Amino acid sequence: MGSGHRSGHRGRGQGGESSPSAGERVLVLPGEEIPAHGLKPGPGTYRVQGRIFASVLGLLQTRPPAVRVVPLSGRYIPKPHDVVLGTVTDVQGTFWLLDIGAPRWAPLHMTGTPWKIDFGETAQYLRVGDAVVVAIEAIENTGRIGVTMLGEGLGKLENGTIVEIAPARVPRVIGRGGSMIQTITRLTSCQMVVGQNGRIFLDGPPEGILRARECLRMIDEEGHLPGLTERIQRYLEETQDPGAIHDHRGHARSDLPHEPEVDLEHHRHDRPTPPPLDLQDPAARAPADEAEPDAPDF
Amino acid sequence: MGNVGAKEVPTLLTPEGLRIDGRRLDELRALKVTAGPLHEADGSAFVEWGANKVMAAVYGPREVHPRHLQENNKAIVQCRYNMAAFSVDERKRPGLDRRSQEISKVIAEAFESVIFAEEYPRTSIDVYIEVLQANAGTRCAGIVAASVALADAGIPMVDLLPAVAVGKIAGRIVLDLKKEEDNFGEADLPMALVPQSGRLVLLQMEGHLNRAELSEALDLGVKGCRQIYDVMKQALRDRYAVRPEGHTGGAA
Repeated sequence: MGSGHRSGHRGRGQGGESSPSAGERVLVLPGEEIPAHGLKPGPGTYRVQGRIFASVLGLLQTRPPAVRVVPLSGRYIPKPHDVVLGTVTDVQGTFWLLDIGAPRWAPLHMTGTPWKIDFGETAQYLRVGDAVVVAIEAIENTGRIGVTMLGEGLGKLENGTIVEIAPARVPRVIGRGGSMIQTITRLTSCQMVVGQNGRIFLDGPPEGILRARECLRMIDEEGHLPGLTERIQRYLEETQDPGAIHDHRGHARSDLPHEPEVDLEHHRHDRPTPPPLDLQDPAARAPADEAEPDAPDF
Repeated sequence: MGNVGAKEVPTLLTPEGLRIDGRRLDELRALKVTAGPLHEADGSAFVEWGANKVMAAVYGPREVHPRHLQENNKAIVQCRYNMAAFSVDERKRPGLDRRSQEISKVIAEAFESVIFAEEYPRTSIDVYIEVLQANAGTRCAGIVAASVALADAGIPMVDLLPAVAVGKIAGRIVLDLKKEEDNFGEADLPMALVPQSGRLVLLQMEGHLNRAELSEALDLGVKGCRQIYDVMKQALRDRYAVRPEGHTGGAA
C-alpha cells in the first residue's frame, strides 16, 4: 500500500475505549436525581440540599468519592495536550484565531509556529479558511484556549479534505492501539490525521478519500452498534476494486476523477511555502523531546 | 365563510363537559417530540402538538456576535422565535414583529434561569424556534422543543422545561387551549415549569381570572407540565438510550 500506512494521530484517547466492564451504562437526563449515597457531585451534576441531580444528558459514572455524568453530545471541550484540527477564522498582527469546534476560538500566537514571522506578516503564512493541526497547551482560567503548532505532527494542512464527526466518537475512529486508523489507512491508501475535536483530515487518491469518508460516517452514525470493526473491514474489502464504489445511498460512483481537477495551491502567489507537514507515524519516530525537525534554527 | 367580520362564537363546551375537539377539561392535545432531527445544529428537536408543528435548533456555546454582548463571567442565552409565513391561514408577514420579539425575550429569560451559564464564560447559546404550523400554544410548544434541543446539544441545565397554556372557556378552567378556545375564550395563561424545583420560570396572562380561578389554573398547568415532561424525557431516551444489545435508538 506504499505510503498508506501513515497516520498522524497522537495524544490522549489513543486506543482509548473505556473498558466495558465498568458496569452497566445508565443514561441520565438533565434534572434527573442521582442516588447520592454520600458521594460528591462531580462534573455534569449539581447538588441541592444534599440531593444530587444530573445537569447534562449522558452516562452515569460512579467513581467514589464522586459521581459524574459523561456527556454523550455537545461541543468539543478542550483538554491540555489534545491534538486538534482547526480552521483559521481571523488574522491579527501577531496571532490567528482558530475555530477548533470548542465553545470559543483559540488564539495561535506567531511564536507558537515553526516560522520566523515579523509583526504584520501573519497573513502571509496562514489565511482565513486555512486548516492546521495544533496541540492545546493550556486552558487559562479566563477560558482562553492556548494552542501551539510546535510539535511532532503539527503544522499546516495542504490539499486533502476534512471530515467532522461527534467528538465522543473519536476513540472509535482510533480503535484499540490505533487499530481502526491502521485498517482504514491501509485499505484506502489515505493519510489520516485525527483530531480529538472530531475533525479528521484525509488525503490520498480520490476514491480512497471517498471510501475513508464513508467509514467515518459509519463510525459516527453506527459506532454504538456491535461488530463495527468487522463491518468497516468488510466495506473496505468489498470496495477495493476501483469502480465498485458506492456512496452511502448505494449509488455507484464510477465517474470519479483520478486526479484532483484543480490544484488550488498553484493559483496562489507571493506566499512563502510553509514547511510540509510531516505525517510519519509518531511511533516510528525519534523520541518527542528531541529537536523539532520542522522548526528552523533562529 | 365569505361573511368577513362576522364573529360567530362557536360552542366551546358541550353540555356533557366536552370541548370543541372532544377533549375533557384537563386533557392535553396529542404530543409527539422527536429529538435530534437536524444534522447541522449542535442540538435540535421537532414538536408536533395538536395541530402545532415547531422545530427548534440550538447552537453553542459559541463565540458571541456582536462582541459587545459578550459577558465575562457567563454565557448569554439568545433566542429567536419566528412564525413561518405559511404557519397560519392568513399569511403572516415574515420577520420580526412586536409579538415575536416579546416571545423571544421571555423564552430566553426562562432558559437563562435553568442553564448553568457560568460554565461557558464569554460565549453565546443560541436557540432558534421556527413555528411551521400554528394552532395556539406555540410559545409553549417552542419552549418544549427548545428544551429538548438544549439537552440534545449537551448544554448543562437544572432541568428540562415543560410548558403548557391553561385557559378559561365558557367559565371553566381548561388545559392546553386550541385555536378556537384561545380566540373565543376568556383567558389564556401560558407557563413553563422547572420540575426539579417546582418553580415557574415563565408565566403570562391574557384575559381575566379571579384569585380562585388563577390558583386552580396554576395547579392544572403544573399537572399538565408533568405529563409533558414525561414525553420530553422519552424523546431523549429514544435517541440516546443504550438498548440491551448495545443498540441505540433513533441516532440518525
